[in-house]
Amino acid sequence: MRKAFVITLCILSLAGLILLGLYGTRFALYLATRIMILSIFAMGYNILFGKTGLLSFGHGAFYAVGAYGMALFSLHINPHPLACIVAGLCLAFIFSLIIGFFCVRHTEIYFAMLTLAFGMMVFSLIWNLRDITGGDDGLVGISRAPIELGLFSIPIAKANQFYFLVVFFFVLSIAVIYVINNSPFGLVLSGIRENDRRIEFAGLPLRKFRLAAFVISGVFAGLAGSLSALLESNTDPFSAHWSHSAEPILVSLIGGIQTFTGPLIGSVIFVWLREIIERFTQNWMLWFGLILLLIIMGFRGGVVGVLSRIHRIILGSDTQSQRIA
Amino acid sequence: MLTSVVHVCLAGLSTGMFIWLVASGLTLIFGVLGVLNFAHGSFYMLGAYFCYTLLRVMGNNFWLGLLLGPLCVCVVGYLIERYFLRYVYHLALPYQLLLTFAFVLIFDDLVKIVWGPGSIGSPSVAGLAGSVPILGRNFPVYNIFIMVVGPLVALGMWAMLERTWWGRIIRASSSDREMASAIGVKVPALFTAVFVFGTWLGAVGGGLAAPYVGLLTPGMGESIIIDAFVVVVIGGLGSLKGAFLGALIIGLLSSFGTRYIPTFDMFLTFILMAAVLLWKPEGFFGEAK
Repeated sequence: MRKAFVITLCILSLAGLILLGLYGTRFALYLATRIMILSIFAMGYNILFGKTGLLSFGHGAFYAVGAYGMALFSLHINPHPLACIVAGLCLAFIFSLIIGFFCVRHTEIYFAMLTLAFGMMVFSLIWNLRDITGGDDGLVGISRAPIELGLFSIPIAKANQFYFLVVFFFVLSIAVIYVINNSPFGLVLSGIRENDRRIEFAGLPLRKFRLAAFVISGVFAGLAGSLSALLESNTDPFSAHWSHSAEPILVSLIGGIQTFTGPLIGSVIFVWLREIIERFTQNWMLWFGLILLLIIMGFRGGVVGVLSRIHRIILGSDTQSQRIA
Repeated sequence: MLTSVVHVCLAGLSTGMFIWLVASGLTLIFGVLGVLNFAHGSFYMLGAYFCYTLLRVMGNNFWLGLLLGPLCVCVVGYLIERYFLRYVYHLALPYQLLLTFAFVLIFDDLVKIVWGPGSIGSPSVAGLAGSVPILGRNFPVYNIFIMVVGPLVALGMWAMLERTWWGRIIRASSSDREMASAIGVKVPALFTAVFVFGTWLGAVGGGLAAPYVGLLTPGMGESIIIDAFVVVVIGGLGSLKGAFLGALIIGLLSSFGTRYIPTFDMFLTFILMAAVLLWKPEGFFGEAK
């Protein structure tokens, strides 16, 4: 029954996304696109953070590398969107492989500080190599050329056309991350979070698994970055800054760290809340800080955690027995 | 050539001393409480703003402002430790970091609300304004003052930690919390005291920095905190001696970098940080754990 419920929910959400794409206003589409891009970033990040238990302050760098790789390919080589996105992904893959290789030598605070250092190195390069990256202006004028697929081409220039491209990548990302999470590989990652010693004693190469999680999350960050470059048609050097790396952490925390849907729900709340708060006041950071404070002091399971707690109270011991079974 | 090298050195040393003032509190708090405090940059910022306001109220007396401003920030630090931080010591690292990060967001906006979003020009200090010629080129007097204050703070902290009863208790609780509590040290109260003292150091750093930087901006804490992180990491998390040396190294590195290879100035700092973390994660003076 539970499975049927989940499948129904998935189909309904997908139908909702398609309906929004067909009938939504420009502004609603823009917000939804941003939410989906942030979700891809946060869900990928959560493979490393929630699943493997490593806190990175450097994933903004991979987001930026994806965006700049995509933009550079588009401006200098070929504006075909898919080719550009693949270029962004490849660059993010290479960067996260090299940086991850060094970073996974440590855990806990040393890992966090290492990722911060490498992330800020990438930021300083983007900031200072003006000739290539445009410095503090970023790269501008990235066009949304139609996707040529041999026999026919799909235009993505309009907001609603581009929206469907993002929906495609969004659904694809969710599917891939779902498969990763529920694979034996994902189980090993959870094992590393819970007790890395035991994983090592079981004869598994700890560092390689950590590196794999690092690279996967880096590539998803790159995907989010390249999609955002297409959405905004420019790149922002501050997307590589450490404070941007804090965004997926906050999003995961709002939604619920150790849940699959947490980062997704967190992204919706994050973007939406920001929109609402900014309508009333300039000081959205103040309110956001207060919300964050509240979550850390009282609701560490995030929204999903609170919901499942309510769910459990309503159903009583019923879910408990289901869990054991 | 010599003149220019000497001046770059002097600039580096004063930058280093000025980062040290902020990093000292950060590394003290980490060494004793085990929390890496993002909000330390906010204490620095609040220190600068409070000193500025009190200075204005007290008829432009810089020293009175510097005395009272940081005390106000100490109250803020006390409230944060007593009512928030205390409840997350037992939690995983991300929660501790994010709690202090939440305060960064809150204080950044509060400062914007109270003092306005623009930057404020900081007044120069009477008696320390102007500059003196060194090797035929002018050097600000205030920078010399900072270069004297920095080592004095270091000396004071060393004397307190190594030579007083308080220092012994702080060292005991930081190396073995349970044992210290078993011999009758009130560890939670001590933690509060150390956090408040660290806050005071950060705020004093901010108060002293205002005339040096010349501008008060709402985001000023965020840029200094990363420099302080780098310094604290290079010196070894929790080591005061290391932080002092780390600050000198980073100060000199950035000053020479800005002068000779401006493109890779920031890059150098972070590559040094990463290199230390990879090859000597305990830092120059940290204890291997």
